[in-house]
Amino acid sequence: MSTLVDGPVRGGRGQRVLFIATTVILCLWVLVPIYLLFVNAVSSSSDVTTFPKPRVPAIDLESLRFFMNYQGVARASWNSLVVACTTMVIAIGIGAPAGYALSRFDFRGKSAFRLLVLLTRAFPLPLLALPLAILYIRVGLDDTVLGIACVHALLAMPFAVLINFSLFSGIPVELEEAAWTLGCNRWQAFRKVVLPLVLPGLTASAIFAFVISWNEVFAAAVLTIEHRTLPAFLLQSLNSAPLHLKFAGGAMLVLPALFFIFAVRKYLFAMWGIANR
Amino acid sequence: MLGSGRAFRRPLPGRVSSHETALGHVHTRAPDSDAMNSRSLPYLLIAPALLFLAVFFLYPFSLVAWQAFSTDEGRLTTEHFADMVGYWKFNDTLRNTLWLAAIVVPIQLVLSLLMATMVSKMQRGRDMVLYIWTIPLGISDLAAGLIWLAIFEQTGYLNSILHGLGLIEQPVAFLGYQSKLTLFVAIMLAEVWRATAIMLVILVAGIGLIPKEYNEAAEVFGAGPWQRFRRVTFPLLKPSLQTALILRVILAFEVFAVVIALSGTQFPVLMGAVYERQFVLRDTSVAAAYAMLILAISIAFTLLVLWWLRVPKEARI
Repeated sequence: MSTLVDGPVRGGRGQRVLFIATTVILCLWVLVPIYLLFVNAVSSSSDVTTFPKPRVPAIDLESLRFFMNYQGVARASWNSLVVACTTMVIAIGIGAPAGYALSRFDFRGKSAFRLLVLLTRAFPLPLLALPLAILYIRVGLDDTVLGIACVHALLAMPFAVLINFSLFSGIPVELEEAAWTLGCNRWQAFRKVVLPLVLPGLTASAIFAFVISWNEVFAAAVLTIEHRTLPAFLLQSLNSAPLHLKFAGGAMLVLPALFFIFAVRKYLFAMWGIANR
Repeated sequence: MLGSGRAFRRPLPGRVSSHETALGHVHTRAPDSDAMNSRSLPYLLIAPALLFLAVFFLYPFSLVAWQAFSTDEGRLTTEHFADMVGYWKFNDTLRNTLWLAAIVVPIQLVLSLLMATMVSKMQRGRDMVLYIWTIPLGISDLAAGLIWLAIFEQTGYLNSILHGLGLIEQPVAFLGYQSKLTLFVAIMLAEVWRATAIMLVILVAGIGLIPKEYNEAAEVFGAGPWQRFRRVTFPLLKPSLQTALILRVILAFEVFAVVIALSGTQFPVLMGAVYERQFVLRDTSVAAAYAMLILAISIAFTLLVLWWLRVPKEARI
């Protein structure tokens, strides 16, 4: 009874052992590679390129420090952060009202709109970076934070609309109606009743948009020259950078992901449940 | 019954007056029928999304399509496609991408179905296990490539482990030019590792929507675990499976950074060819032709998935 993981109640002892063993193996399958990357990131550059590796890794923050001071890293990280936050604002600012409309109204063209949103999800979106690169030069958005953020927002928007659609569908209309009868107008009812209830889910979908932008490589690499985001910067320096720098950069990319997934874990499933229908 | 329902929407006169004093004003009619709210509100709410999609999706899409099929003078042409197909690396590029998808996606389907069923049976530790299993969802393809580079490169962990076991004397170049097979396996493992989580999430959500009674009923009638999966869970899971597979297949044809991180340019894939055309060769039209090819393959496989997992209208819940 002291095990952390427990399988089905029924079934023999052997079956339960098998169940738990499979669970543990699958957990290790996910965790061990990440662990190895982090070990590499906090090893000295000579340890990274030694064969065979020492049994017990010696911790040395030299490569991480070197990475942080490496030409362009700090700026690329800052760019990534700004782009991701802008993406978050655009995606939620546009996606949340659309999600609300889908969940609360029956209107002409509703299914067509839903289809359009789904269609964007069934499309290799990073490819649109090619024509946008040319378009951006014409309107002066080329190589700007806002330019990439718009493409990332396009990637995040189908998710934002569908997630918000299912979030708002989870709040009974009756609550809003009750607020109306008590004298609120639609906006007041939304702000005072619905918003507090969806806020955690809304935050989760915003973080999801953030992660999509933080991780996107292709469009960012196509659309930027000076204002590289971190993934685009890493991709560009893959050929030239020494191994230990690549690993330090990889660790830097992975670290936020661990927290973000932890923060949104409750909502990951709820949002897909209804979005599928 | 009808009357009480209305009373909920429209408060009784006596209660209205009590609130009138408290709030100063009162709506006796639901705001749906207010002038500003009525018909236009939903359109106002979706307008920003529509505008955004028009500017950043439909318009650039038409541009890239036009560029793939037209010359600089504006004539229709297929020469960019001829150029693309005639390139010496083209066959390798297409074959690599399709093979990778053909091997990775089925493995992920089985693995995510297994994980999702296990999660649904878990009593304790469910949240923790789910968190761990969904971590790769937040990890970019580039980072995943670097993670597996730490294992497979010449001074990586795999070589050290094999040496520790006494199997090799000198490090093996798993990702080298001569070892196409191990390179493929490394890319495959990285892809399976990274992108199974998205399918898992969709399937766990889908299983959560299936009423437990269905499985219990099947059990009462004597169905074994496999039969229950085959006859009850699988058919009811089809909509979720559809979403998961379509999303995953499309992303599989877009594989890019994992490959670059692990192999450089030794393992050409379609998305890498787009990047190369755009930047190294500065040939935007052929890049657009590649984009059209990726789109065509994605659409073809989306239709295939829709057909394979079609749900008859009368069987929907």
